[in-house]
Amino acid sequence: MIRIDNVSHRIGPAPILQDIDLTLPPSSVTALIGPNGAGKSTLLNLIGRLIPLQVGRISVDGHDVTATPSRQLAKVMAILGQTNHAGSRLRVRELVAFGRWPHHLGRARPEDHAAVEAALAQFDLAPLAERFLDEISGGQRQRAFLAMCIAQDTDWLLLDEPLNNLDMAHARALMARLHGLRAAGRGIVVVVHEVNYAAAWADHVVALKGGRVVAEGTPHQVLTPEVLGQLYDMEIRVTELDGRPLILHHV
Amino acid sequence: MRLALILGAALLPLSLASVMIGAASVDWANIASDPQAFLIVTASRVPRTVAVILTGAALAVAGVVMQQIVRNRFVEPGTVGTAEGAALGLLAVTVLAPAAPIWAKMLVASLGALAATAVFLALIRRLPPREVLLVPLVGLVLAGVLQAGVTFIGWQTDLLQYVGIWLMTGEFSGVIAGRYELLWIAAAAAALAWFAADQFAILGLGREAATGLGLNHEGVMRLGLLVVSVVTAMVMVSVGMVPFVGLVVPNIVARVMGDNLRASLPVVATGGAALVLACDLLARLVRYPYEVPVGTVLGILGSVLFLWLLHRAPSRG
Amino acid sequence: MAVFALVLLAASAAYLLWGIGGNWRFVLGLRAGKLAGMLVVGTSIAVATILFQTVSQNRILTPAIMGFDALYVLLQTALVAGLGVTGFAMLPVGAKFAAEVAVMALAAMALFGLLLGRGAQDVARMILTGVILGILFRSLAGFLARVMDPNAFAIVQAESFASFSRIDGALLPWAAGAAALAVTAAFRLSSRLDVMALGRPVAVSLGLRYEAMTFAALALVAVLVSVSTALVGPVTFFGLIVSGLAHSLICSARHTLLLPAAALIGGAILVIGQLVFERVLGLQSALSVVVEFTGGLFFLWLLLKGRIR
Repeated sequence: MIRIDNVSHRIGPAPILQDIDLTLPPSSVTALIGPNGAGKSTLLNLIGRLIPLQVGRISVDGHDVTATPSRQLAKVMAILGQTNHAGSRLRVRELVAFGRWPHHLGRARPEDHAAVEAALAQFDLAPLAERFLDEISGGQRQRAFLAMCIAQDTDWLLLDEPLNNLDMAHARALMARLHGLRAAGRGIVVVVHEVNYAAAWADHVVALKGGRVVAEGTPHQVLTPEVLGQLYDMEIRVTELDGRPLILHHV
Repeated sequence: MRLALILGAALLPLSLASVMIGAASVDWANIASDPQAFLIVTASRVPRTVAVILTGAALAVAGVVMQQIVRNRFVEPGTVGTAEGAALGLLAVTVLAPAAPIWAKMLVASLGALAATAVFLALIRRLPPREVLLVPLVGLVLAGVLQAGVTFIGWQTDLLQYVGIWLMTGEFSGVIAGRYELLWIAAAAAALAWFAADQFAILGLGREAATGLGLNHEGVMRLGLLVVSVVTAMVMVSVGMVPFVGLVVPNIVARVMGDNLRASLPVVATGGAALVLACDLLARLVRYPYEVPVGTVLGILGSVLFLWLLHRAPSRG
Repeated sequence: MAVFALVLLAASAAYLLWGIGGNWRFVLGLRAGKLAGMLVVGTSIAVATILFQTVSQNRILTPAIMGFDALYVLLQTALVAGLGVTGFAMLPVGAKFAAEVAVMALAAMALFGLLLGRGAQDVARMILTGVILGILFRSLAGFLARVMDPNAFAIVQAESFASFSRIDGALLPWAAGAAALAVTAAFRLSSRLDVMALGRPVAVSLGLRYEAMTFAALALVAVLVSVSTALVGPVTFFGLIVSGLAHSLICSARHTLLLPAAALIGGAILVIGQLVFERVLGLQSALSVVVEFTGGLFFLWLLLKGRIR
């Protein structure tokens, strides 16, 4: 469980997040939605201790993100940022192998190698394993970074807009994999831009606007015309498909 | 792996040649019985060869480390002001405390190198992130500005010859036993980098990915800074500035092997040693028995290679 | 503009007359020579920089940054190496200088015409290339000097940084003459340079012979850089300072105004600077170092501000 108590964040004079109180349930997929500038990425980065906490408290499975050593936190949660440009010239397998680093700190054991192979297989990266990162497409690179997070083998996965560079087939496949991971007991927090992915796959949805929580709950509770209209300042029709909301934001 | 073997194999004949070639003629047949010949070999030739190998290896490794902490391929301690910072430190010590022991000079030079590199790192934080080539440019300009400072102090304190001949143009002709041992410290710093190879490689993935993997980002940066500064300072104190090794060798190795440092650092070190050894041989032979400074030879070769690296089409598999 | 002229005039007078003491005929002659030298150098660098920036369409590039003066030193050294030390030294000053300038103009047109033609888009890559070329030329010059005469580091050291206070009197008339010709030519081309500054597509559509103009401008730049480097040595960042000041003080892009203004500013900085350093501070050769230092900082500031476009 991730507990977020009374968290606020400012950059200079600008308030980015204000008085956020949330409890994110374990073993489920939580989606953070909201318009641009709502503070979704900032909140995710605060949970993942990528940005120092200014006000409030965040704990992940009982570990306070400010007090717990970073290396220990790396075994509890894996975070994937929005921009993953290949500054380093690494082979795909080498990148995924770095996901095991918090566990073996340089001395890889057989179980580490096995985890790497499993992660590569999960994301259809086996044929690309020996290729360099700067020689594959943006979508393939995204999958490589995701495989690295999976190999890190943590209870929590924090993903900031992971679907951005993926084509439709891979985007859907990723959401299906995340669902599978959640079935296996992991907790997943995803920032998504396209609300229908949240509608179709999330167990828990948090809607942010202007740095505040506007709504929180199941997809049916949050993804209603009223809430969405308030969130995105537009009239949106919502229908249903296979027991899940379907948001017709594009018509 | 093949590259490592090739380079390692090249080192052996190069080292042998280095020991055998020199201004004084050595009668190899009588080496055991002739004390003069023996002295030349043990006091001059072998130490020089060892110094060249250590310098080449350490500088190449320092180049890789700098490239990882800056996250840019086109930087190395000789082109971003680190060497000039060490020179400023050395000048300060020579002017203010000329009788200071060697370890004090070492320390001040290292601090100078550290300060200059820290300034460089602070400057590039303000650059737009996607402008890859601005980083080496800022480094070169900073080096130029610091160089102007070095020249000014040298002029004012009448140390210009010291600066020009001993410091800014690296050469190995002054190396004899007892005058190069500091380079072992440089080698130790480079070895330290190898022990932390994985951490430097993760650093190259970016601040966020590194923190996400639990790496102490600031700590590893400081370690990298320390390694780079110590290596540069030791080389400057012992032989002067040897440019471009830390730039071209890591880039060429990365083209073939990538940035997995645990595997590539030994290759980089061997490659650096081989390159500087080859250049030193060339420097000794081109106008035998006189010597051209190896810094000049590398200045030519290095800048040509740098231009090639700058303008080649990126490798797309 | 009139202000600059007055400032320069005042500074020149001060330089000539300050603290003149007893043997004033001799001292006046000496100072007049140095003053003339500084004016020639200031004008040459200023005009060369403005020209180059028009051709390269960028206010952060200068011929010195791109390695022009290092190329000159290299060619000078190579000519000595090629013709033999004594043989070359026997040539009269004028002929020697003319030979150097001619070779420099050809080399500059070839090298930098190529560079500017192809790489005009990626400015950062161009600047970096120029800086590296500068290092390459300096290293080659040092290498040649060493190969020619193993004790040549004294010669090499003398060439590697500039001093505004020791200007070769014999060379001055020739250098001044060449500079005068080049500056006049540049001034005559002012209106075409204005069109060139609009960019290649617009200039071509307006009927300008763009490539020919580029080569002509580069040749003039080469002559002017030869003049200044032959007189005082390589000065990397002076042109940048002068150009920056000229553009900000003259709110116009017209070369008929820019060129004279830059020349006056360049001369004024040198004369005032040397005045201050020589007379007030008593530091003979510090001006070039201070100029380099300040200019370098200015360049860094431009880079960091993102003025690279």
